[in-house]
Amino acid sequence: MSINLLLAAIMLINFMLVASSRVSKCIQLAAFQGGILGLVLVLMHERWTVLVLLMAMSTAAIKGILIPYMLNRAQDRMKAQREPEPYVGYTTSLVLAAVGTGLAFLLARHLPLQAGNLGTLFVPASIMALFTGFLLLITRKRALLQVVGYLVLENGVYLFSLLLVKEMPLLVETGVLLDLVVGIAVMGIVINHIQTAFDSQDTHRLAHLKD
Amino acid sequence: MIRPVLTFLAQVSLTLALAPLLPGIINKVKALFAGRVGPPVLQLYFDLAKLMRKDSVYSRSSTGLFLAGPVASVAVGLTAALMVPMGGAGAPLHFTGDAIVFAYLFGVARFFIVLAALDTGSAFEGMGASREVTFAVLAEPALFLGLAALSMHCGATSLGPMLAAASKGWNTASAGPLVLVLAAWTIVFLVENCRIPFDDPNTHLELTMIHEVMVLDHSGPGLGLVFYGASLKLWVLGALVVKLCLPMSGRWWLDWPAFVAGMAVLAMGVGVVESVMARLKLRRVSQALIAAVVSGTFGFLLFLLQA
Amino acid sequence: MLLSTLFFSAVFLAAFSGVPGLVLQRVGGWTASVLLAGAALCGLVLAGAVLYGGMTWQADLPWRLPNAHLLFKGDALGSFILAPVVLVSALLSVYGKDYWSEAEHGYAARQLRFFFGICVGAMVLLTAAANALVFLFAWEGMAMMGFFMITISDQDASVREGGWVYFVATHLGTLCLFAGFSLLASATGTFDLGPLPAGFAATAPGTAAFLLLLAGFGLKAGIGPLHVWLPGAHASAPSHVSALLSGLMLKMGILGLLRLLAWTPDPPLWWAGLLTGLGATSGILALAFALAQKDLKRMLAYSSIENVSIIFLGLGLAMAGKARGIEALVMLGGAGALFHLLNHTLFKPLLFMGAGSVMHGTGTRDMERLGGLAKAMPRTSLLFLVGSAAICGLPPLNGFAGEWLIYLGSFRALGPGGWLWAVVPLVALAIIGALAVACFTRAYGVIFLGEPRTDLGPVHEAPDSMLRPMAVVAGLCAAIGLAPVALQPALDRAASDLGTTAHLSGLASLGYLSLVAAIGLLAAAAVWDRVRRAPSTVAGTWDCGYAAPTARIQYTGASFAQMLTESFYWVLRPLERRPRIQGLFPRSAVFRIRTPDVFLDRAVKPSVDFAAWAMSWLRILQAGHLPIYILYVVVTLVALFVWTLS
Repeated sequence: MSINLLLAAIMLINFMLVASSRVSKCIQLAAFQGGILGLVLVLMHERWTVLVLLMAMSTAAIKGILIPYMLNRAQDRMKAQREPEPYVGYTTSLVLAAVGTGLAFLLARHLPLQAGNLGTLFVPASIMALFTGFLLLITRKRALLQVVGYLVLENGVYLFSLLLVKEMPLLVETGVLLDLVVGIAVMGIVINHIQTAFDSQDTHRLAHLKD
Repeated sequence: MIRPVLTFLAQVSLTLALAPLLPGIINKVKALFAGRVGPPVLQLYFDLAKLMRKDSVYSRSSTGLFLAGPVASVAVGLTAALMVPMGGAGAPLHFTGDAIVFAYLFGVARFFIVLAALDTGSAFEGMGASREVTFAVLAEPALFLGLAALSMHCGATSLGPMLAAASKGWNTASAGPLVLVLAAWTIVFLVENCRIPFDDPNTHLELTMIHEVMVLDHSGPGLGLVFYGASLKLWVLGALVVKLCLPMSGRWWLDWPAFVAGMAVLAMGVGVVESVMARLKLRRVSQALIAAVVSGTFGFLLFLLQA
Repeated sequence: MLLSTLFFSAVFLAAFSGVPGLVLQRVGGWTASVLLAGAALCGLVLAGAVLYGGMTWQADLPWRLPNAHLLFKGDALGSFILAPVVLVSALLSVYGKDYWSEAEHGYAARQLRFFFGICVGAMVLLTAAANALVFLFAWEGMAMMGFFMITISDQDASVREGGWVYFVATHLGTLCLFAGFSLLASATGTFDLGPLPAGFAATAPGTAAFLLLLAGFGLKAGIGPLHVWLPGAHASAPSHVSALLSGLMLKMGILGLLRLLAWTPDPPLWWAGLLTGLGATSGILALAFALAQKDLKRMLAYSSIENVSIIFLGLGLAMAGKARGIEALVMLGGAGALFHLLNHTLFKPLLFMGAGSVMHGTGTRDMERLGGLAKAMPRTSLLFLVGSAAICGLPPLNGFAGEWLIYLGSFRALGPGGWLWAVVPLVALAIIGALAVACFTRAYGVIFLGEPRTDLGPVHEAPDSMLRPMAVVAGLCAAIGLAPVALQPALDRAASDLGTTAHLSGLASLGYLSLVAAIGLLAAAAVWDRVRRAPSTVAGTWDCGYAAPTARIQYTGASFAQMLTESFYWVLRPLERRPRIQGLFPRSAVFRIRTPDVFLDRAVKPSVDFAAWAMSWLRILQAGHLPIYILYVVVTLVALFVWTLS
């Protein structure tokens, strides 16, 4: 029951992400989401072994503290600018997010789930997070916000993987985590280079690189 | 037990002793056709004896490989002589697949003679080497097609049984394909031994030579080995042709003299061919070789249809 | 248990041989050689136990992934190929230490050793891989390491192009292998590689599997017309890498085809016909191309294609024997193919090492500029001579024994109840043998004999560390040639893995070859001794009295081969630039002739260009905006969702 509350919180955070325009607020929200994810992992397992606790703490630490810290540092290094207008307006984004949530619920009904998971919000939450992540990636022009979108995407994937928590060894979850860290690090480097080369974070300008 | 040893001894001694006689016979026949008396039949023996006593002169450009040419041709001739049947039904050295070894032995000789020719850094010898390897590309398949045809005919891969079965087949239905195989092998014989119509052993025009031009820089004992090796090649390949045609009676006192007589007849035949024909144009040589390949192919096909 | 330990030790020693060199400076060369020598020792002991002791081994390592289990089976066939792989790679590593030294090339040399080691490790794995996914994993590793090694000197544009063509070709091959193995798995029900059900070969999926696997393995083996990557790759890589590619990597393609033959209990006869046809045409045409090359390494690359074709001829005979149920033919053809494979792994690296030595000493590999190197580099010249004589298939060296077995097979098949098309390998081998003699007398004569055609400056012999591996390989060539009967039990066991119960000892008496060799050598020695002792003097080349010879009047490689390349004009399509000679006393003129690979330039490149042009309308989709590309991803995802759930 408490898991459902946490999952609902995650979905709410996604809505707020879509609606906000300030980068630091987005990063904070993403950090919060990461922390909640760690909590969800702990609540999923019935027996709390050292390994599980370690995993949960590292998930929360990486998603909630480390990555937002890296993003904030990147943000500080760049000149403060207002975010250029996204491709799709904020209100439209919210509407799209709502539509996505509806579709997520619809999809959840059709997937063959195990008995214990039927009543939970796992599938809708994860698919909605996926959708939100894609939305952020597609509609935002600012590079750092696109990274946040990627973070949310990965959170959705992680949520879905928790459904298989009995089958998938923890090794795979660690792998997913590693993948995330490396991805974010690489993106940070690339954005830095973009900033240095073009003196702007507006990814719209990158279209000039087209062959 | 005694018989193989005697065959071995007879074969070795005949080859060593009589091989230089063949070029003598050929030259005598050519001289008679031309209305001359010509050199004595034993001339090559005298030449070899003289050459063995002389000094050698080596080119500054050549390396130790230079002598490998004549040495290889003599060694190959001697080894091949042990593998082809002469008077008896089988050769002293026979085993399944010896026909293939026989053919490739001449490849060894060719390899080293060509390298010896290139060793001198001369343009003419390079030219002869180039022609020699080119014509080998067509002569080898002709030889092998003949071997394949004979193998199909008798079911063995050893020269002894193949030639024995072939020589018995002349008055059966196999005579047709045998003629074709004989034609192919005669052309191969003439090409490999550099006889007219493919090469002129008497010419001194470099532009028309193949074999003669490759040995221009040899002298002394080396040159003697070159001549001896050439006569050994004549003997051994001639034995192949003769044994294809000459049926055996099984009695050694008939077979061996018949073989020697057959070789003499072959040499006389070569002399006649050399006297009545002129050397072919270089382009025509390839065509003649292709004709040999075609002849061999048809011989093989005819054997195939008969089987 | 011990055998599988030996196997995996060999794999790991080889794969990690380059690693110490990456981190430690200046000791990398000999540590790599020592580790590879250790791998060679393990491999040779293992091969000896399997081939001469009759043992086999198997290892099934646990790996929790669907459809893959780390299954390794050591049988005689794999061990027969394992032995030369480990031995030759150890020798090449010793050669490469001074040929492509760290002092000269710096960090690139350490990288090269690293890639070399992993490549060898992957090849060793391949010889025993018994599961399709393990096989493909090792295959891809080997291929990728090959790519990195070929493009190690990527400052050169031609090296980059050669590497690129290799990259595309090898991945095309791997794709075909994926498809082929999937078809095989659909027939056997598992991804483990093993015997196929009877009757599968005649069905449509069986035919498709054969063609795909032939394409995939053929691309790696380098049979024409799938050879287009070979000349460029071999010319671009350092010589000891070319030796690895030619001598060992091509054999992995052949190994695949040998395994396919072993798994198929009833191949249709047209498979054999296809293999034989490919072998015959590819062999003859490859030598035609080789005769037209003036780059020594390109010529050796084409010669490798020819030798692979000879192996294909033997393979075709073995397959025909299996199709017709003639056990003797399977043994003779299979043993011939395997023997020639072994021989090629010996004399081709020898020749490439010789080429490297020539390049090291003179700085060029253009044959038309060289000449007379036998005086300045006597030992390289002698070793190259051994390699040339061996590759021409001349007795008493090892090349002949393998071809002899294939000839015996064709002769055997000509009898009643046999396969009459066996006359094709017979004639093809004869022509190939004569063409090979032409090709290698040309190469050896133009490079080492006569006089230098251009001013080469000071020419120095290769250092001992480069000559010793060459000497070892040459010694092996001679030893195997003089006593091929020593390999008879090994060949017997390896060829019987192809599916025959015949025995080599009853079919071919290899001992007689030694007898013939002994007689010939004895005669030669006696004659040489007599003639050598004659007194002699030295003078200029007489050449029938030509008074003023220069080095330029010698035959060049192109002129030596001219009669043959002219007859093959229709396939070679050389590009000539003839001078316009005017007047009675023309000035000096230049004649240039070049023969690029006709398949690459006239077939592959135009079709690739056409495909690129035809696909250019797809550029509309390339908007340049990253979000749009992500939108494509989302759309595809949603579509997939809808499709799977409906």
